Amino acid sequence: MSLELRDLRKHFGRTAALDGLSLSVPQGEFLALLGPSGSGKTTLLRVVAGLEFAESGAIEINGRSMHDVPARKRGIGLVFQHYALFRHMSVARNVAFGLEVRRRSERPASTAIRTKVAELLDLMGIGELAERYPEQISGGQRQRVALARALAIEPSLLLLDEPFGALDAKVRKNLRIWLRDLHNRMGLTSVFVTHDQNEALEMADRVAVLRAGRIEQVDTPDRLYAEPVNAFVHEFLGESVRLDCIVTAGTARFQGLCGTNLATNCPPGPAIALVRPHEIGLLPGPGPVRVESVHATGPMPRVRVTFAGRTTEVLLPEAAPLPTIGQGYGIDLSRARIYTLNDVSNPLAAS
Amino acid sequence: MRLARRSSLPGFSLTLGITLTWLSLIVLLPLAALTLRPWELGIAGLWHSLTEPRVLAALRLSFGAATLAAAINVPLGLLIAWVMVRYRFPGRGLADSIIDMPLALPTAVAGISLTALFAPKGWIGALLTPLGIKVAYTPLGVLVALIFVGLPFVVRMLEPIILDLPADAEEAAATLGATRLQTLWRVTLPALAPTLLAGFGAALARGVGEYGSVIFIAGNMPMVSEIAPLLIVIRLEQLDYAGAAALGVAMLLLSFAILLVINRLQRWLIRT
Repeated sequence: MSLELRDLRKHFGRTAALDGLSLSVPQGEFLALLGPSGSGKTTLLRVVAGLEFAESGAIEINGRSMHDVPARKRGIGLVFQHYALFRHMSVARNVAFGLEVRRRSERPASTAIRTKVAELLDLMGIGELAERYPEQISGGQRQRVALARALAIEPSLLLLDEPFGALDAKVRKNLRIWLRDLHNRMGLTSVFVTHDQNEALEMADRVAVLRAGRIEQVDTPDRLYAEPVNAFVHEFLGESVRLDCIVTAGTARFQGLCGTNLATNCPPGPAIALVRPHEIGLLPGPGPVRVESVHATGPMPRVRVTFAGRTTEVLLPEAAPLPTIGQGYGIDLSRARIYTLNDVSNPLAAS
Repeated sequence: MRLARRSSLPGFSLTLGITLTWLSLIVLLPLAALTLRPWELGIAGLWHSLTEPRVLAALRLSFGAATLAAAINVPLGLLIAWVMVRYRFPGRGLADSIIDMPLALPTAVAGISLTALFAPKGWIGALLTPLGIKVAYTPLGVLVALIFVGLPFVVRMLEPIILDLPADAEEAAATLGATRLQTLWRVTLPALAPTLLAGFGAALARGVGEYGSVIFIAGNMPMVSEIAPLLIVIRLEQLDYAGAAALGVAMLLLSFAILLVINRLQRWLIRT
């Protein structure tokens, strides 16, 4: 089902947790909310679920306003970061909970509930755990129980808060693939919160990057990575090398790198250039770049270089000829992106 | 020494030694003396001493009133503990210290104040008398005193557990469609059940043994409002040491049996 958020605002004391946030999630999408801690991701999820309330703005699910609709009537499945399982209930009773609390007229027969719970647990691959208690099963299994419990009510929308946050790396990797597959098979519409960009880029149809209660960019993982709209998004998604430059008349010039000029439509004045390590090219020398060390293990050789008084790492393409340590090379920064200083995440670092 | 191996802290033998010695001196030795004494009476004498109608009435009152008071203190204490933990209100710190007052007050002082309040001319007694309710000098007075002294136990046992309740479980219940009443009944209360039971046990144990606060308000009429601990004192004053000890042992065994049942029930609750 589709979700539409318009101009949501919410403050905690003086800080804005949601600062005029708008977003729309079409039916069937798997959307990731990505941002540093404190960017408002979890608050957004809780506001959508009806556990917190925005001061202004609108939430619509399938075109129906959620204003005045309490959490229990929204039909949203929420998977909590720490699972929030009912400790005194067996796994099966946990999963059945959402069906058992329904009014008598809407409640399935107890045999139907039992069948449904068994089906869900089988779907999660934990059918044999039905009679266990939450404290008797592992973190990954609890995660699946929490998911089964949320899915039991056949939610119109599935929300997941840092679903893999408390799991170790190996379990996490497997669950990612499994969850994405489940989403497709069940035809769900899902929004999940994460601060791990790899997770977001790997799993989601689209990623919304949040900063300080605002959405900086919503795009497919490819476009987000290739065309970040500002320096914050660029730096948040993967490794970035930051270089100071001066823009005059549509051209960016780098200090200490004579002749390396880039065309830009940034306004004149100081600016920064961001480039990913694999986008930096080394040109046959002589030139201002000195090669410090070369690590050729793995598919792409990693080269440490110094230029203009700073050290950085360059990823060379596969099978490229290895540079000689101690020698000077020219630098190709043509794939760098130029951003004005005012959308830099940390203005102090740029100055 | 197998037990000691897993501990990372030193002093196992020393601390265990002190614990056992202390337990023997302070608890076991007096209990042994108490259980040996009544046998002076012989089996028939013991039976006779314990089946006197006055004794049975006193035991019935002591255990009945303590059970009832504990049963009233559990929901009352839950409410108070809940408010103290979950809500912030002006005067909360003061209210928090007042809860402990029944523990700190000499029980005789508590008894005298309660009597003054509930006597027919007292502040509360004067309001109840026209309604035909007599509290002071009746079994009802015993109940009031036991509720008073037992409450802090329930509140103080519940507070840390309520504080520790995961808030997200209640939120999860809400997103799954549960009403607030259903959440309370199906999620919150079951999580608190073992502690509620433990609080019941503590209030009950305190109530059975309570003496000072009860004797002033009870009126101590034999067969009506005389509690078992008072009967023990009366027997002591009559130099009937064996009879007093016999009653003491009877109370001990009854309390022990009740606490054992509560303990078992609690374990069963925790496991399921």
